[in-house]
Amino acid sequence: MSLSKVEMAARVARDIPRGAYVNLGIGQPTLVADHLGPASGVVLHTENGMLNMGRAAVGDEVDGDLINAGKIPVIEPPGAAYFHHADSFAMMRGGHLDVCVLGAFQVSAAGDLANWHTGARDAIPAVGGAMDLAIGAKSVFVMMTLFAKDGTPKLVPECTYPLTGIGCVSRVYTDLAVFSVGGGTVDVLETFGTTYDELAARLEIPLAKA
Amino acid sequence: MTATICGTADEAVEGISDGSTVLIGGFGMAGMPVHLIDALIEQGASDLTLVSNNAGNGDTGLAALLATGRVRKMICSFPRQPDSWVFDGLYRAGRIELEVVPQGNLAERMRAAGAGIGAFFCPTGVGTLLTEGKEIREIDGRAYALEYPIRGDVALIGAHCSDRMGNLVYRKTARNFGPVMATAATATIVQVSEVVETGALDPEAVVTPSIYVDRVVQIGGAV
Repeated sequence: MSLSKVEMAARVARDIPRGAYVNLGIGQPTLVADHLGPASGVVLHTENGMLNMGRAAVGDEVDGDLINAGKIPVIEPPGAAYFHHADSFAMMRGGHLDVCVLGAFQVSAAGDLANWHTGARDAIPAVGGAMDLAIGAKSVFVMMTLFAKDGTPKLVPECTYPLTGIGCVSRVYTDLAVFSVGGGTVDVLETFGTTYDELAARLEIPLAKA
Repeated sequence: MTATICGTADEAVEGISDGSTVLIGGFGMAGMPVHLIDALIEQGASDLTLVSNNAGNGDTGLAALLATGRVRKMICSFPRQPDSWVFDGLYRAGRIELEVVPQGNLAERMRAAGAGIGAFFCPTGVGTLLTEGKEIREIDGRAYALEYPIRGDVALIGAHCSDRMGNLVYRKTARNFGPVMATAATATIVQVSEVVETGALDPEAVVTPSIYVDRVVQIGGAV
């Protein structure tokens, strides 16, 4: 069976080292937090100025001054710290974050990332912190479906959408397989409900067995 | 000179001139100085360049200012949001100029302005549309793009508490761009929930020292 979004999130969480400082991108990557319990020792960073960010706030916990990058109210667990935006992005750019998990429109075999702009003429470009995260974190993991709704692969020889960062992605977690990219070959680390040969036939990039 | 404590938001925004570059704090609505923005709308300055992370939510605050048609250019990292219909409409009608800046560069370019840095080399966005035309330099084997400061004539920010000198503390993630913008503008105007007597703030906890603050107004109660 291919993985559901929740299962993909759980699979990503398994590869996050104990005690890592981690930024989870807006959207699907947020789900990874549900699989990082207190025992993981993981400290979440949110770009709008908080470390050790807590879960989503409910009921009386909601405070308009305490939100995550997706503007969702969150809670302040013990050990939290606040800082301003220049410091927050210095943490990324300065190589202090261990892992970030981002969504993507496309990832190339060389680890190029496209996740901010479809290039459509009437689209309003909005980049947020994606470019800073892409070049900043020590490891950039992408979490996405392997194929777009129209069946075209999102793991590609060269990105056709505008780039977010060059050669920045190391791992790609999808519903059908986990890939290692950017090291000269695209290695298939694990498959879900499919086989290496099926993937090799459907993707336009040379694959290697890990 | 230490900060002036103003009686009203209208008084706080007096003298902002047409053609100004206005830095506006906030990330979404957290830290958004809504009362100062409303006062700026009343005040009537036009032909403005706004610098803020987002381009307005719903119909209030920044979105209301955009709706007046007095904003020539928006510099921001993330204009497109589910409730950014005011900006979206102006942009699609060709009535506003947009400069999209990666969020960290937005913060660092203002930090540079406030710290007297002439320009800096930054790895963010190298090889993408957002560094096209910029000088690229390789330093220790890595490529960096040359980025210039963003300076404001005015900064409008929100903070939690000010003392009568203008020392500021913030609250939770409402801090965001406030401390950086406060350093980067000729005049920094702050709305706070509370003004306290000088000496009431723990000096160890002050985030923005008074040297960066020009005017303060307390919202929701007399000073």
